[in-house]
Amino acid sequence: MIRTLIVSLAALAAATTASAQIIALQAEQMWTGRELVDNGVVVIADGRITAVGPRDSTAIPAGAVLTRAKWITPGLFSALSQTGLADVGAEDSTNDTSAPGSKFTAALDAADGFNPDAVAIDVTRLDGFTRIAVTPSPTTSIFGGQGFIADTSGDLASRPLRRAFAYVALCEHGAALAGGSRPAAFAQLRAALEDARSFPGRYGAGDMGSAVNRTDAAALIPAARGQQLIVIEAHRAADLNAIMDFVEQNPGLRVAIAGADEGWRVAPRLAALKIPVMVDSYSNLPATFARMSATSENAARLAEAGVAVSIVSFDDPTHQAQLARQVAGNAVAAGMSMSKALMAITSAPAAIYGMSDMGVLAPGARADVVAWDGDPLEITSAPQSIYIDGKKQSLESRQTKLRDRYRDLAPKDRPQAYRKAPR
Amino acid sequence: MQAVWKLTALAILTILNACGGQSKSEREAEARFKNPYPSTYVPYPNAPVMITGATVLDGKGGKFENANVLIENGKITGIGTDLVSPEGVQVIDAKGRWVTPGIIDNHSHLGAYPSPGVDAHGDGNEISAPTTAKVWVEHSIWPQDPGFTRALAGGVTSMQILPGSANLIGGRGVTLKNVPSRTVQGMKFPDAPYTVKMACGENPKRVYGYGQGNTPGGAPYSRMGNMAGYREAWIKAKAYKGKLDGAKKGGAPDRDLEMETLAGALSGDILVHMHCYRADEMAQVMDMSKEFGYKVAAFHHAVESYKIADKLAEYGACSSMWSDWWGFKMEAYDSVKENIPLVHNAGACAIVHSDSEIGIQRLNQEAAKAWADGKRIGIDIPIEIAWQWLSLNPAKSLGIDTKTGTLEAGKMGDVVIWSGNPFSVYTRADQVFIDGALMFDRKNPAFQPVMDFEIGHAGEGDRK
Repeated sequence: MIRTLIVSLAALAAATTASAQIIALQAEQMWTGRELVDNGVVVIADGRITAVGPRDSTAIPAGAVLTRAKWITPGLFSALSQTGLADVGAEDSTNDTSAPGSKFTAALDAADGFNPDAVAIDVTRLDGFTRIAVTPSPTTSIFGGQGFIADTSGDLASRPLRRAFAYVALCEHGAALAGGSRPAAFAQLRAALEDARSFPGRYGAGDMGSAVNRTDAAALIPAARGQQLIVIEAHRAADLNAIMDFVEQNPGLRVAIAGADEGWRVAPRLAALKIPVMVDSYSNLPATFARMSATSENAARLAEAGVAVSIVSFDDPTHQAQLARQVAGNAVAAGMSMSKALMAITSAPAAIYGMSDMGVLAPGARADVVAWDGDPLEITSAPQSIYIDGKKQSLESRQTKLRDRYRDLAPKDRPQAYRKAPR
Repeated sequence: MQAVWKLTALAILTILNACGGQSKSEREAEARFKNPYPSTYVPYPNAPVMITGATVLDGKGGKFENANVLIENGKITGIGTDLVSPEGVQVIDAKGRWVTPGIIDNHSHLGAYPSPGVDAHGDGNEISAPTTAKVWVEHSIWPQDPGFTRALAGGVTSMQILPGSANLIGGRGVTLKNVPSRTVQGMKFPDAPYTVKMACGENPKRVYGYGQGNTPGGAPYSRMGNMAGYREAWIKAKAYKGKLDGAKKGGAPDRDLEMETLAGALSGDILVHMHCYRADEMAQVMDMSKEFGYKVAAFHHAVESYKIADKLAEYGACSSMWSDWWGFKMEAYDSVKENIPLVHNAGACAIVHSDSEIGIQRLNQEAAKAWADGKRIGIDIPIEIAWQWLSLNPAKSLGIDTKTGTLEAGKMGDVVIWSGNPFSVYTRADQVFIDGALMFDRKNPAFQPVMDFEIGHAGEGDRK
């Protein structure tokens, strides 16, 4: 049911952004989300990609507006962040990532707090990310709540796809939230899923579940029945094994791992169970006892073992999700193939969430396209034009406007406050 | 004995000089008094090395293609295209690779907030009072922090470790050579001046004003409270320094750790490094420094330096900056990605700093991002000039620029051989020399240090 809802919402979104203009982009290098193509072309019409391929075998329709670039990629897909949930991290009044005073956990729907006007949305887009998977933070239990998928257009009319996944913290973080131990975290997870599976049976006379209240149990039903992805945060190799034991004991659950700093040590099993991972391969320190064997080669080793790897930056999830692009470049320097690294910030995260029409340049896919002035994994490169659902996006942000205001400090007749865009 | 130690360094110096000539034990006592935790670092064995055929950035603005760099007795002895390798020198073929001075991070908390980040390791902030000029961060540093080795692999050869920014005046910083050692003294950069850490803005007022769940928790509660707190400390320090200066007439003041640090800052012996995000606050602090007669060496984080880059240039303070960190608190909201090139372009001293055990591993990339962002708005800075953000300018801010920070003859052999252009994401530090000794080699596990903490744990000795 949830899936049906997502599909119809997607269709609606596409319909509302339709435009008659045909756009073609041509570049020396193209990453389609699946393969690298020399001298590639992508054609966009009505918010969708209509053609993609090598220049010599892909027709550019007459009348198309042609843009040339060094590189073309699908709009990058941020596998996991909190972009759009906070204006200023430390200012609680602007920060909807967590709710320490709420009686609800699994039912917290992050999309209720999404703000397309947040400056971080523009900043994220300007670095080439057009789609974001956004999660709330677990605060009073292992359950963070419901995550969503959104675009980075900043358009109020563009609606997030709600309840795309449930977020659960295990490992050290979950242990602390569940009362002090890893077993307590697993006990809470098992009991809550039981509550959800037997809903509403246990709740005849009020909040009588064994782990979560009525509202949270209801919110967990799709996850408990395998109809919704559960993103589980964990790092330690032993914790990852415990999660895989749990998955084997509960066939039908759909699970992805966020973090997995020690994932490389259990990579073959992750691959066999087809559990995708979202890793920040900057993690190469024993930052905690759960990350003793963290290495920058984690992403490369996981990919080599056949695990579906997405690359993220977890350093500042509300404001710096876009650094995943630099992390991916560094993953290449640490042994990952360029294709796998590009996949890890395009089609791989889209696939985790079942968004088969995102993160790829393919006929019928959403026209999320970025033209770059150089190699998209290179730190000195930047987008030169960005399309979301076929619509050309602004390359301005509050940051670029502040920059322009102070670009020239020479005294003028009036102070800087008078330098602004015309109304 | 007791009586002697009640005198201050200057008093002792004055008295001894007045007596004319010092005995060896007197000289040792004086040295010990002025520098009670002296560096025991000596360069590690370092056979002469000639790096050949590289693209060399000399760190002061020069770029040389197909050039050689000669390191002998731990010092740079030559750089150029027509350098002849002396007899018996080890030659390293660096064709297609780049050579730069070692990176110097002037804002790190390695060792003070080490990995693993367990409760027992929170040694970076003495938050017991808003002004703790008495504490010295070197007394917190755990030399077994694995973070030092990761920074080394990123080409960092020296760094300043600072206390955190909770306090108005957080204590003394220390400059280290990035060499593994059993002791902090074994890492201390010989004869580097001490520094003192101060902090503007949100942190002190949050920690003290709203601290411990009480509102108000204590002073400072506001930015004006911050300023009052610094000024009160400087007033006391001026009075103390006056007594020190007049000590030859007798009446040396009692020892006071707090005042010794601040008096050192007033006399210019101790360099002031100040965490400050907002432009208007930096302007207030520059005036305050004139009020009391000291100088700010560098503003750290300096997210709004671009708004007053002209004033910073005129005053002569460096700005230690990130390329793109922003938004985590209100005073970091006005960040722009071109901050570093805009500051540089105004003629002010720009530094790329990390404040992070992760960021310190790729400061060259942070510089590259800022450099490229500057270029896109027409600030085209040659890469050989931009490298000053990473080595020479931080060295200046730490008072060690006559010793390291460039590849000039006579300077320390702190050198990195990069696998390619260090402004590319794909480039890695291949080899890192400190005082001419090979301390890291990406391809040779024998030159990849493993800290005690990692021994016997999963991942020991792995490629990191």
